[in-house]
Amino acid sequence: MFSFIVRRVAYAVPTLLILIIASFLLMYAAPGGPFTTERALPPEVLKNIEARYGLNDPLAVQIWNYIWNVVTNFDFGPSFKYRDRSVNDIISQGFPVTLTYGIWSFIFAIIVGLSLGIVAAIRHNTTADYAAVGVSIGAQVLPNFVMAPILVLIFTLWLRWLPGGGWNGGQIEYVIMPVIALSTSYMANIARLARSSMLEVLNSNFIRTAKAKGLSERNVILKHALKPALMPVISYLGPAFVGMITGSVVVDMYFSTGGMGQYFVNSAFNRDYSVMMGITILIGVLTITFNTVVDIVYAWIDPRIRLS
Amino acid sequence: MKFTTMFKLASATAIVAALTSGAYADKMHPETGEKLAEDQTFTYRLLDGIPTLDPQLNEDVSGSDILRDLFEGLLNQDAKGNLIPGVAESWEANDDNTVYTFKLRDDAKWSNGDPVTAGDFVYAWQRAADPATASPYSWFVELMSIENAAEIIAGDKDPSELGVEAVDDHTFKVTLTSALPYFAAMTTHATTFPVHKATIDEHGDQWTRPENMVSNGAYKLTEWVLNERTTRERNEMYWNNDKTILDKVVTLVINDENVALTRYRAGELDRTEIPSGQYPALSKELPNEATVFPRLCSYYYTFNMSDKGPEAFKDQRVRQALSYAVDRKVITDNILQAGQYQAYTFTPGATAGFEVPDVAFGQMTQEERDAKAKELMAEAGYGADNPLKFDMLYNTSEAHKKIAVAMSQMWKQKLGVEATLANMEWKTFLETRGNQDFELARGAWCGDYNEASTFLDLVTTPSGYNDGKYSNAEVDQLMVDAKTSSDASANYTRVEEIIADEMPIIPIYHYTGNLMLKENLKGWPVENVEQNWYSRDLYKVAE
Repeated sequence: MFSFIVRRVAYAVPTLLILIIASFLLMYAAPGGPFTTERALPPEVLKNIEARYGLNDPLAVQIWNYIWNVVTNFDFGPSFKYRDRSVNDIISQGFPVTLTYGIWSFIFAIIVGLSLGIVAAIRHNTTADYAAVGVSIGAQVLPNFVMAPILVLIFTLWLRWLPGGGWNGGQIEYVIMPVIALSTSYMANIARLARSSMLEVLNSNFIRTAKAKGLSERNVILKHALKPALMPVISYLGPAFVGMITGSVVVDMYFSTGGMGQYFVNSAFNRDYSVMMGITILIGVLTITFNTVVDIVYAWIDPRIRLS
Repeated sequence: MKFTTMFKLASATAIVAALTSGAYADKMHPETGEKLAEDQTFTYRLLDGIPTLDPQLNEDVSGSDILRDLFEGLLNQDAKGNLIPGVAESWEANDDNTVYTFKLRDDAKWSNGDPVTAGDFVYAWQRAADPATASPYSWFVELMSIENAAEIIAGDKDPSELGVEAVDDHTFKVTLTSALPYFAAMTTHATTFPVHKATIDEHGDQWTRPENMVSNGAYKLTEWVLNERTTRERNEMYWNNDKTILDKVVTLVINDENVALTRYRAGELDRTEIPSGQYPALSKELPNEATVFPRLCSYYYTFNMSDKGPEAFKDQRVRQALSYAVDRKVITDNILQAGQYQAYTFTPGATAGFEVPDVAFGQMTQEERDAKAKELMAEAGYGADNPLKFDMLYNTSEAHKKIAVAMSQMWKQKLGVEATLANMEWKTFLETRGNQDFELARGAWCGDYNEASTFLDLVTTPSGYNDGKYSNAEVDQLMVDAKTSSDASANYTRVEEIIADEMPIIPIYHYTGNLMLKENLKGWPVENVEQNWYSRDLYKVAE
C-alpha cells in the first residue's frame, strides 16, 4: 500500500510538469494578452507593466521562474486582471465556496442516486423501477443551465423562499439552489450506473446460491450484492467528486456565488495567465489525488485487486 | 455567519434602531421635503467583479463608480455634469492657462481622521505616472499635459519631477506643458484621486482590502468579496457627511443581464441594466422604472485603410456608398428599440459644447442616400457583374450580430455587395483589429471626459485606437490646435465634416443608458451624460 502511494506520487510529478508546460504554451499561443485593451496602451506604459509582471523575459525563463516560485514558496503569482490580489488569494476565496456546495452536491447525489438505482434494480420492471428510471432520465436531460433558471423562477420569483443568487458567506438559503442545479446530472448518472450494475449482480450465480440457501432478501442485498454492485459507481465517483468540488461555470455564473468555477472561463477570456495556471494545477493535483483514492477504495472493496 | 456574531449584530441593530427611531420616524429630505425611507441601502448589479479599487490602477467604469464614493478628488460633478468643488474649494488658472492653483478645504479628512493635504495629491499623481506603479492608466496623466509626465512614464525622469507641487498643506499647484482648456474637468477622474501614503507604505498591494483601506470619500469600504459583492458605508469623517442620506451601498456581481433582471423583480436589486431588446416591453410594464438617457458613446464600423486593407476601401466613393446605404433608422427603431440616436457624426450630440454639424449625408432622406450610394458604387466600378466582396468583423455578441446581419442585408439588397460576417472572442478580436488583419471591423467608444476631443482624437494619425489607420494631416493639425484653443468648436465641426466626406468610419448610432431604477430611489443623475454619479446624491423615499 505504502509503496503504491509513493509510486503514484512519483508519477504525479512528471505529469504535473507536462501539464504546466503544455498549459503555459497553449496560453501564450492564444492571440491577445492580459493587457490587450480597446485603446492600445502606449508602448512605454505597456513596457512598464510587462516589466512588473516579468512578461518581458523569454518564455522558458518565465516557465522556470513560475515553477520555481510554486515549488519553493507555494507562490502562484499575482493575478493580471485583479490587480490587488494574488492567485493564492483568489483560490483561497473561491475554493471554499465551491468546496461547500460541491460536497453537499456530492452527498446529495450519492444518497439520492444510489437509492433510486438500487430500488429500481430490486423492483425491476415494476412501477417503482419506471418511476426511478423516469426521474433519473429527467434529471439527466435537464442540463444545469436549464435547471438553474427553472429553480430561480419557482423558488425566487413565485414562492419567494430563496434569494436568486449570491453567497453571503455560505448561508443555507444561498446554498440550496446551487446544490440542486449541480447535483442532478451526477445523481442521474449514479442512479443509472447503480441500477444496471445491481441488475447484473442480482442475476449472477453467487446471488442465486445465496437465495437458494434461504437468506432473506435484505441480507442478500446488503451483504452480498451491494459491494460488487458499487464498483462501477466508485470509479465514476473519483472524477465526479473533483468535478463537483471545483465547481461549475454555469452554477457560479448563474448563481453569482463568487466560487471558483467561473474562473475556468473568465481567466481564459481575460488572459489572466497566472489564475489560469493556478486553477489548472489545482485541478490536476485534485484529479491525480482522487484517482489514487479511488484505486485504494477499489482494492479495499474487491480483494481480487492488488495494489502492485 | 456564526450565531454569536448574528446575535451581536441583531442586538446592535436593535439598540441603534431604538436610539434613532425617533429621528427616523419623520425624517424628511432637507431640500425636497419628501419623506425618507427608513432603510437607506442602495443595492445594484455589477456585470463583473471589480478588478481593483486602487484609484491609480483602475481602468474600469464600474470601478470608477465605486471609487467616486470612496475617494474624493479635487473637483466633483453635479447632477448635470457641471464642475463643483470637491476637496478643492476653489481653483484658478494663470493668464495663459498653464498653471492651475487649487485651494483645498481645511475640513477634508481621511477616514482615520488625518487631514487631507496637498501632499496627498502630489503623492497620488506622482504614483499614477511612476513606472514602478505600472498603471495601465498612466497615460491619463500624460493626456492631462502635466509637465514631465511623458518623460516619467518613459523612465527618463524621476516621478518627483512631475509638474505638481504642494505649496502648503492647502494649496496644490499644477504646471502644464500646454494650455489644456478642459484640464479642470479631468480632475474628476478616478486616476487623480488622492491616496493615503502611510496606508500604502504599510500594507503594499493589500492596502485596498476593507480592513486596511483609508479613504477620504463620503463612504468607506466595509466588505469586498471578489466576484460576489462589495459594501460601502457612510464615512463619518467625511467633511460633508451631514448631507449624505444613503447609509449603505451594496454591489452584487451578476454576469447575466436576464438573471439580474429576475433578481431585480424579486426585489433584491434597486438598479440593473435593461437587457438588450427588452426596453419596449419593460417600459410598458414598468413605465416608472424603465429609464433611458443619452450616453457619451458611439457605435461604428471602421474601414481598414492601411496597406493591409483591401484595395476597394482606398476608394472614397466605396466608403461613402457603404455608409450611405446603412439605414440607421431601421437599426435604432427596429433592432435596438431603446431610444438610441442615429449617428451621422462620430461625436454624440450629447457632448458638452458640441454642436452637431449638418453634415451633408445626414440631411438627406434615406431614399436619397440609397440613390447616391448606387451611383457612387457604379462610378467606382462595382455592380451586378462585378460585386464588391469583403469580410466584416465584430466581437462575439448577439446584439452585434443582429446589427451586422442587418447591415450586410442592406448592402446586398441596395448595392449587390457581398459582405461575409465573422465574429471573434473579445481579446482575439482586439488583437486582430489592432494588427490591421481585418477589412471592416466594429468599433465603439465612450468618452473619457465630456468634450469632443475624447472622440475625435481617435481619428488622428497617432491615436492608439485608430485601428483603421486613417490619416489626414488637416485633421491632425485641427486636433492639435484644439488642445490650446479657448473655443475649439469650429475645429471639431470641421473635423466631423472631413470625416463625413472621407468616411474612414461608418457611424451607426449613439448609445443610450438603459436602466431599471426602483421607483423609491431618487436623485439618479440622468442628465449627467458621463454618468458620473455619486451615492451621496441619491436617496430613498418612503413608499
